Amino acid sequence: MFLPFMINAWVAATMVAVIAGVVGFFVVLRGGAFVADAVPQGAFTGAAGASLLGINTLFGLGVFALVGALGIGWLSRRARRDVATALVLVLLLGLGALFLSFTTEYASELFALLFGDVLGVSRGDILPIAVLGVVCVVAVAVLYRPLLLSSVAPESSAAKGVRNTWMEVAFLVIVAIATSMTLPVVGALLIFSLMIGPPAAARSLTASPLAAIGLSVVLALATVWAAIALSYETDWPVGVFVGIGGAVCYAGGRVVASLRQPSARVSASQ
Amino acid sequence: MAGPAAAWVSTVLRVLFAPGFFASSPVHLALLVGGLSALVCGVVGTFAVLRGQSYAGHALADLSVTGGSASYLASISPLWGFAGMGVLAAGVMDMIGIRRPRGRDLATGIVRGAGLGLAALFLYFDTTSSSTTGAAISILFGSMFTIGTGVVPLAAAFGLPALAVVVVLFRPLLLSSVSAELAAVRGVRVRLAGLACLLAIALAVSLAALTVGAILSTALLVGPAAIALRLTSTPGRATLTAAVVAVAATWLGVVLAYDSFTWPPSHDGWPVSFFVVALIFAGFVAAQFFGGRGRARTERS
Repeated sequence: MFLPFMINAWVAATMVAVIAGVVGFFVVLRGGAFVADAVPQGAFTGAAGASLLGINTLFGLGVFALVGALGIGWLSRRARRDVATALVLVLLLGLGALFLSFTTEYASELFALLFGDVLGVSRGDILPIAVLGVVCVVAVAVLYRPLLLSSVAPESSAAKGVRNTWMEVAFLVIVAIATSMTLPVVGALLIFSLMIGPPAAARSLTASPLAAIGLSVVLALATVWAAIALSYETDWPVGVFVGIGGAVCYAGGRVVASLRQPSARVSASQ
Repeated sequence: MAGPAAAWVSTVLRVLFAPGFFASSPVHLALLVGGLSALVCGVVGTFAVLRGQSYAGHALADLSVTGGSASYLASISPLWGFAGMGVLAAGVMDMIGIRRPRGRDLATGIVRGAGLGLAALFLYFDTTSSSTTGAAISILFGSMFTIGTGVVPLAAAFGLPALAVVVVLFRPLLLSSVSAELAAVRGVRVRLAGLACLLAIALAVSLAALTVGAILSTALLVGPAAIALRLTSTPGRATLTAAVVAVAATWLGVVLAYDSFTWPPSHDGWPVSFFVVALIFAGFVAAQFFGGRGRARTERS
């Protein structure tokens, strides 16, 4: 399990879990579950297109994640946000289907992009993931207070001079960057489990933002490490365990919270 | 003067409909099943959008991937898997409380994530243990031109109840979408109506999963409804408009996909689902910019 070729997998997955835990906290806080779900799936199209053109997959991922995120931000000023998100998402996925239909020998790569291929992480993939991860963490650290304020109380943050629209754009860009780095590892369809399950559990266990971020990173790490170990043992795709692990985190968080303080916690977490 | 005009019309028709379009039986089936699923999606989708359940619809669509891949393992029609899993997931979502507006996106997302984890497993078994290598593509992105004739009665059996739910519960659903409290006062069983609506959405997306693919069926559910709600102002008219838009987009998609067999780069046809989704998105953007005084403007969040 700790053979040389597995080292890259462990390193990449650890970075991914930290980023998912941090960014996911804001996703949950802002009620941005649908966006966090849509951006990775749009980015998947970028990966398919890049592989069609023979350029670096990460470049395609980044461009389409950004286009998707900003497209959602722009359209949702004109229409209902959930509708805009859904339609940008399916447009990008439709393009992905088109790109895929142009190539014939793509089935296994498709599967890896959608459901993750942690064992396929090479040494060369580590550096870009690390750079993007650092960018993400720095962005969150710099924007921590205004982002938190505009997420929790948009009205009072506007009164304090925070531009909520810009915060929304910044948030979408952060999600896009986090997506580009996590997608090759856990897959387009299941990044989102990692970004939602652990932070939601953390939120229902503690009210303090920093403690919740820390807890969410710990839970995300536990999920990913367990997923890799199980995937190595069973030879099943890593996404299986990430998806189920996210749900287990969330269910566990809710059970513990309801045992501790039946009514107060539930209302605080909603 | 009639001669040149007729010749011109027939040229246009020949360009629009590639030779053999009307004689091809896969095309007939695609038009029939695609039209039916588009009709159901348009009608049910209006309520999905009105009730703010776009995300639930999307999650149910993704979850039908799980059912579809399981049904390939069991060698039964994927429609059974799509619909069975959709109905099951709708029940679970209702149970863990997606009625509350705040926490429901989370609950929806969690169910979706767990389901997709299972889908990854089933697809993995599909590709390793059997010879159905195309299963993943056909489940995810649809297989409009390879629908078997046996699917037609099955599609009708799943589609008609979904339509019936919306028609029978039209007023209670509408009332509980606008104000749950008011509906409860008027004697509507709000939760039951919500569950019925969610089940109808599950059936609608499972039909669409068959035609445009599981992860794209959200397009048919949400797109036409959003366009219709932008263009008209009464719910009844919006429902009809949505149904017409959905069917038109699907049929035009089939026509274009049939034409595309001669297009570059592969001369193998572009996917139907791409055309349907692109047409719907173009319609949505056009409706946003040029649409009149629909309800959407006042309802945006």
